Amino acid sequence: MAKISIEDLKRIKERERSRMVLREGDFRAKITVHMGTCGIAAGARDVMTTFRDLLAKRDMMDVMLTNSGCAGLCAKEPMITVEVVDQAPVKYILVDKEKALRIFEEHVVGGNPVEDYALAKGSETQAT
Amino acid sequence: MSASPVSRMQFMMCAGTGCMASGSIEVKEALLKELAKRNLQDEVQIIMTGCNGFCAMGPLVVVYPDGVFYNQVKPEHAPLIVEEHVLKGRVVEKLLFKEEAAKDRVPLMRDIGFFSLQRLIVLRNRGLIDAENIDEYIARDGYAALGKVLTEMTPEDVIEEIKKSGLRGRGGGGFPTGLKWEECRRYESFPKFTICNGDEGDPGAFMDRSVMEGDPHSVLEGMAISGYAIGAEQGYIYVRAEYPLAIQRLQKAIEDARDYGLLGKDILGKGFNFDIGIYPGAGAFVCGESTALMFSIEGKRGMPRIKPPRSAEAGLWNQPTNLNNVETFANLNPIILNGADWYASIGTEGSKGTKVFALTGAVNNVGLVEVPMGTTLKTLIFDIGGGIPKKRKFKAAQIGGPSGGCIPSGSEGVEIDYESLQSAGAMMGSGGVVIMDNLTCMVDTARFFIDFCVEESCGKCVPCREGLKVMYDKLTDIVEGRGEEGDVEFLFELGHHINNTSHCGLGKSAANPVLSTIHHFRHEYDAHIRDKHCPALVCPSLIDFVVIEEKCKMCGMCFRNCPSDAIIWEKKKVARIDTEKCTKCRTCITNCKFDAIR
Repeated sequence: MAKISIEDLKRIKERERSRMVLREGDFRAKITVHMGTCGIAAGARDVMTTFRDLLAKRDMMDVMLTNSGCAGLCAKEPMITVEVVDQAPVKYILVDKEKALRIFEEHVVGGNPVEDYALAKGSETQAT
Repeated sequence: MSASPVSRMQFMMCAGTGCMASGSIEVKEALLKELAKRNLQDEVQIIMTGCNGFCAMGPLVVVYPDGVFYNQVKPEHAPLIVEEHVLKGRVVEKLLFKEEAAKDRVPLMRDIGFFSLQRLIVLRNRGLIDAENIDEYIARDGYAALGKVLTEMTPEDVIEEIKKSGLRGRGGGGFPTGLKWEECRRYESFPKFTICNGDEGDPGAFMDRSVMEGDPHSVLEGMAISGYAIGAEQGYIYVRAEYPLAIQRLQKAIEDARDYGLLGKDILGKGFNFDIGIYPGAGAFVCGESTALMFSIEGKRGMPRIKPPRSAEAGLWNQPTNLNNVETFANLNPIILNGADWYASIGTEGSKGTKVFALTGAVNNVGLVEVPMGTTLKTLIFDIGGGIPKKRKFKAAQIGGPSGGCIPSGSEGVEIDYESLQSAGAMMGSGGVVIMDNLTCMVDTARFFIDFCVEESCGKCVPCREGLKVMYDKLTDIVEGRGEEGDVEFLFELGHHINNTSHCGLGKSAANPVLSTIHHFRHEYDAHIRDKHCPALVCPSLIDFVVIEEKCKMCGMCFRNCPSDAIIWEKKKVARIDTEKCTKCRTCITNCKFDAIR
């Protein structure tokens, strides 16, 4: 990769943000598995594997699976955030393999958040 | 836009990070263009506001005077809004925010205390970006601050801005960051170094780890900014080897930043050279002390040295060196981008901005929280932390790790900032907060922290090396029932000697857990010594393991949970403990809901 300039920074920002906010992009949904040390210790890798297998099995190309750091509420790890286009993101707590399966079927595929496992929806207040 | 006095309508556009990211600027421009096309620019005013928290539905536009709330507005909606709403006075139905169906029971993030009371500056990217993807960091304004600094500001400007922001070191001492940089800049010797202190050693603290593994680029960017300000071309991250994930992600981040030319020679084509290396430390608490840390990087034994000269003058390899904590560096991008005044508007008189705390111990929502300076301990424990589990009572909070002190129940109204914690007998430290409930023995807690300090003392000065061991032995005597009258006075005097005559930060504060628990919980020491009884029922040698008959509700919880069949109980009869079989494991005590065992 060649060295970038200030203009490139802006270009990368434009390109990435459209992808990250799930609009105009090629993705319909995004699953974020929170994989800090706390999440991994609580079993986030299994959750990640579960989603990866599900996506591979269904050959679903319109769902983005990614990881991120600790979501803050370490007591309730593993946590995941599921975002379906045009809906508020939903955070799930204490996710395991079985819960992941249900969340995948009902929320990611079906578009209906699984209330039983959900902690909250929306985003955290951002610094401005 | 002109603030025309005759404007009949205002569009409040959210200009928070969330809405900016989803394109509020473009929407504003589209609206302005559309208004100008119809010559309505004087009638309608567009005002950019702060974040209203509903970022998921952004960009948001609230139209006044009618208060209509449009969400997910796109630039192509501008003609429709202007045509329908402004000209014809009709609400654009399809852009209205729809209340979720009543069956939806999932609460909003902002309705949950744990999230709504936090203010994220350091943790701005938490849970939002892939830590191993530099592009996602850039998408959230990453490296824009470095770009701004290199194009628009001289090193002196940067130092001035940081001084003005009021940012103080987040590693414990609370020294003003701008002043530290200014001093380091003054020395002309080259090379200079900037070091990130990621040697997080306080028991129960994990703020720095989370930042390093969740948002490593924010640390790298902060370090590069500090390097530019002080005139350094090399940085080191000193991170303990117990944080493998943090090291791995930092390493990846450094490689990616080098690939992009955001580290290395001629950064962003602006002629500034800066690179970063990682130094994994073996996890000695004393290596969090600046001079010991620098010796450790040099390959020498990690022991603090006498100051002066300060590190700013003669630090790593005797060259001018700046050392900041992980959290301090992570604050720099938002300060540079949003300005010193913005940062200084958050927090209290003497302590600006926010502080990240690792909330642990007897609290429901164990986790990582970031709150504005000046938030009360009560808010932290009860509103954010969700209170004490199992309906137990709050007893004390240990803030600042072993060097800190405890704040007892009754003082939880204290506002958390550097000064007020100091006057409450604790200290900010790096931000570890351990919550203790009524089943915590304060003498035993003090002994735990002294044990830690005995282990971690580097052995250079006698008061710390020997004094702490004497202290530990005395505390062991007390919790095992060999305490004598006068022990507390002895501990008190010894503690003051250790604090007054050690020379580094570890020794100077090592006796604090004892001094602070004596100050607030003297009666517990007395109970151990005089009554040979541990009021919190923690120290096994000082518990009778007898059922108090009048308190026993005959529920059998002790019987069901005892691992060694030492409880004699049958329905409708008071339980008894078979002392022959009892192993003093305290399982019965923690399971009894009626405090019926002493």
